Amino acid sequence: MGMLFDIIQYGFMQRALLSAIAISVICSIVGLFLVLKRHSLFGDALAHVTFGGISLGLFIGVYPLWTAYIVAILSAVGVNKLRESTKIPPDSSIAVLLTSGLAIGIILISISGGFTVNLFSILFGNILLVSNDDLIIIMITDAIVIPVIYIFYNKLILITFDEKQAKVSGLNVSWINTLFIILASITIIASIRLVGVLLISSLIVIPNITALMLGKGFKKTIFISCAISIFSVVFGIVISYYLNLAPSGTMVLIMISMFLVTIIAKNMKFTLNKVLVTKN
Amino acid sequence: MQPIIKVLKLSYYYDSIPSLDDISFTVDKGDFLGIIGPNGAGKTTLFQCMLGIINDFRGEINLFGSDIRQNKKTLQRVGYVPQKKSVEQTFPATVKEIVSLGMIGKKINKEAIYNAIKFVELDAYTDKRIGELSEGQQQRVIIAKALVKDPDLLILDEPTTGIDSATQEKFYDLLKKLNKDKRITIVWSSHDMNAVERLANKVACIDRKLFFHGESGDFFGNDERMKSYVEFEMQSHMNLHFRRTEDGDNNLEKS
Repeated sequence: MGMLFDIIQYGFMQRALLSAIAISVICSIVGLFLVLKRHSLFGDALAHVTFGGISLGLFIGVYPLWTAYIVAILSAVGVNKLRESTKIPPDSSIAVLLTSGLAIGIILISISGGFTVNLFSILFGNILLVSNDDLIIIMITDAIVIPVIYIFYNKLILITFDEKQAKVSGLNVSWINTLFIILASITIIASIRLVGVLLISSLIVIPNITALMLGKGFKKTIFISCAISIFSVVFGIVISYYLNLAPSGTMVLIMISMFLVTIIAKNMKFTLNKVLVTKN
Repeated sequence: MQPIIKVLKLSYYYDSIPSLDDISFTVDKGDFLGIIGPNGAGKTTLFQCMLGIINDFRGEINLFGSDIRQNKKTLQRVGYVPQKKSVEQTFPATVKEIVSLGMIGKKINKEAIYNAIKFVELDAYTDKRIGELSEGQQQRVIIAKALVKDPDLLILDEPTTGIDSATQEKFYDLLKKLNKDKRITIVWSSHDMNAVERLANKVACIDRKLFFHGESGDFFGNDERMKSYVEFEMQSHMNLHFRRTEDGDNNLEKS
């Protein structure tokens, strides 16, 4: 705890911790629905599209975040419509999204002969470089995503559980799915600062699959996932600062460690119960 | 009295192949209509048209006097139990949470949720994950979800397929109770002819076309009619033959 208080006096560290916590909360909430809809790699695909969007912005000389938002939202909504109107399996449509975003990014980089921005930080993230403007955008994203998910919470659970039953309940499933995809898109774009394009899936998937092993009930699972995610990012930032490691990689490894510990603990509990039942 | 459901000249084509062809029937308040027909006869398609999931059909469907394509609000009065699908064990929602989803669009009423769970005899499992329950129990949760909004009409699409016979019997008792005690109109598709004969007061036999619609006794009590239905309509699909046992049960047997 003392280590945390030592580093919190730095402005860049305050911004890093605040934005990391804000991002981990929305990634956990949005991620649980994506994981249960079997769209775990959707975050990865959107991040790659965002990479294409950032490249486009840099290529045409527009602030890259805006082009990233436009490209990511349009692509995500387009792929969702493609999934609804054709019989293309969801994982295949995600693969189309992922590769097209990356392809656009690579072509634009090759045409322009490379950009002056640090491509490494787009790919792997660097939370320590978060500016005040970045922090404001992340907080605005939280202020949009959390209330909208709260309002549509039960509807999203029903659609995730069974789309047909949701339609019979009178829900406009297509509209709510599109809204959710837009929320997922802005969440992913806000999160790229933290772990970068290549590691974004970790924030979406790992805390949630860990929480799914522990939580009983949707709300509890969301809270556990948020707790795992917040612990991992804060602890990851502190450790990476003192050990001079890459923050994104450190955070992800902490999440994976917690996932593995949970699996081992669950298996031990199962074996112990079996032994006790056999003895009795 | 205005019928609860009125289906008029309903036809639906899937890739230019007729799934439903010129079907007309009505369901009155308090009816328990059993819909029978072989696999691929169009029972699920019929339900999807009735529930506004499929809208590009020909003909007309009125629920509670309103055209289903014009007024989806009538679905608020309908409880729907789809074909059994197993829920993944890790799906985090509890029984209570799933049942409360039936109240979407209405003010959440905790007492109604508890009563619906109690009615399907799952009050001991309120805080269990739905994925941790047996398939029969999961289907009862879906019924509780359908009941929580106090529907006037319950539509069940082969709800007991793949469920063991003891659980099926409990399920049938529950349907009977809902129809008799709560006066809920029920439309139910099933392959279990004996259960349909026992529970339903009306029967509709479909195989893309409507073969029969009327009083249950007029169908099951008429050996010639049943035989002609089974021989001519089902044999081509399933190689089934109808045989009445010594106990008077109607059995379908593979040839």
